[in-house]
Amino acid sequence: MARGFSRRQLLASLGAASVTQFAAPASAQAAARVVVIGGGFAGASAARAVKAADPRILVSLVESNRTFTACPLSNLVIGGLRALSDQQFGYDKISAGGIEIVFAGATGVDLEARRVALEGGTSLAYDRLIVAPGIDIRWDGLPGYTEAVASKMPHAWKAGEQTLLLRRQLEALEDGGVVVMSVPANPFRCPPGPYERASLIAHYLKARKPKSKILILDAKDSFSKQRLFQEAWKELYPDHLEWVALSKGGRVTSVDAATQTLITEFGEYKAAVANVIPPQKAGRAAELAGAVDQTGWCPIDPVTFESKKSPKVHVVGDATIAGGMPKSAFSANAQAKVCAAAVVDLLAGRAPARPKLINTCYSLVAPDYGISVAGVYEPVNGVLTDVPGAGGVSPIEAPRAERAEEAAFAQGWFNTITAEVFG
Amino acid sequence: MRIVVLAAVLLVSGAAARAEPPAGAGSCSGCHALGPNVATPVPRLNGRSAAELASQMQAFKTGQRPSTVMGRIAKGFSEAEAQAIAEWYAAAK
Repeated sequence: MARGFSRRQLLASLGAASVTQFAAPASAQAAARVVVIGGGFAGASAARAVKAADPRILVSLVESNRTFTACPLSNLVIGGLRALSDQQFGYDKISAGGIEIVFAGATGVDLEARRVALEGGTSLAYDRLIVAPGIDIRWDGLPGYTEAVASKMPHAWKAGEQTLLLRRQLEALEDGGVVVMSVPANPFRCPPGPYERASLIAHYLKARKPKSKILILDAKDSFSKQRLFQEAWKELYPDHLEWVALSKGGRVTSVDAATQTLITEFGEYKAAVANVIPPQKAGRAAELAGAVDQTGWCPIDPVTFESKKSPKVHVVGDATIAGGMPKSAFSANAQAKVCAAAVVDLLAGRAPARPKLINTCYSLVAPDYGISVAGVYEPVNGVLTDVPGAGGVSPIEAPRAERAEEAAFAQGWFNTITAEVFG
Repeated sequence: MRIVVLAAVLLVSGAAARAEPPAGAGSCSGCHALGPNVATPVPRLNGRSAAELASQMQAFKTGQRPSTVMGRIAKGFSEAEAQAIAEWYAAAK
């Protein structure tokens, strides 16, 4: 140290020095590294929340697509009421916040060396890894339904080209043709999503193809917001939408692409347009990180979202087994913020606090008819559990003004969450 | 001199690590925008008085203030939890 420095001068110069030079975490000399795989609602939220909580942490976000296409409100695109471009977001603002964006797919995770291998042969070291891969389609989950068939009978359960394909097919549909949707058993991404989509397709058919209808073949006997949807369908779409429950033979057991037919235990349904929502599992990066169990999803600690299978790996969003929390963008964002706080605590040697999380999901039965489900969750015996007395769905038989208000809230929610995550 | 350097490191560490939001507070910004330029009918919480926010949570919880979704959410929080969240948003810019 040079002579002649006063203590005050020294302190001042240290204050101005690079933070990373001196303020390394207690356990390491270098700045802590967090790698996030997956740039959707969960992953992008987590990356930003880690950086905001402690700017010294080096955060890398690994994502293969340069543009994110959001699923929430994409049923409006299918119903002809919104442009796909309104669903799309880039990563420039996240990058401007000091997060390294790596546009590549992850090809492997070395849990011992704590490195993520990337396409192109490079790799990223981490102290903590956050995996937010969303869902993958289980291509072995429904006989006859393959990746090639999906270009004819779209799932549209990942927004983008599939969304536009289903929209084009509906536009080309001849008046009188039947649209058939198949819905899988739980769990799957966005539990009320199929019923919102069926509603908005019925809304389109009623206006433009009045002799057509949509038939929902369901592998379940009950579903999210069921009474609210059914109340609205009776009022809005009595001639344009029909739901076939599991107990009425609704479970689709295979599809035949050549004849555009969905086959159930009791019958065959030939579709003019077929929307096959297939069984799902945690996205591939979760498998690479060894975080998936025999269910196909990821068990997590509900305080930290650390994988119960792979140490120093955290999982957030649709890929998780999150107790009472549904697989929604709201949940993904809320989980990401809790996980990020826990990761920052763990890197600093602090014990993470016991969290509380909220979920709110809006569904549109028509553009001006919204309904919602909400829940508040906390860890109980290692599982994220509904706080008793809280949560629930919109009231049955509410005035239409209230449905319109919730429809406006749905749009507001989308604008808010996408601004927080990508804006 | 070593003591001085250590003290400086502690100062820097303390300044960079932001206090964490209380339980539940992180979820609110899913609907209540943090930034000013978001098109939504849902009001912002940042910078409003803690007393006002806490009393609104209580009014939602009892149903005294009618709501679509906030009544269902407010019932999941104790008065102390709501107070902590209110103070967090009151202090936020």
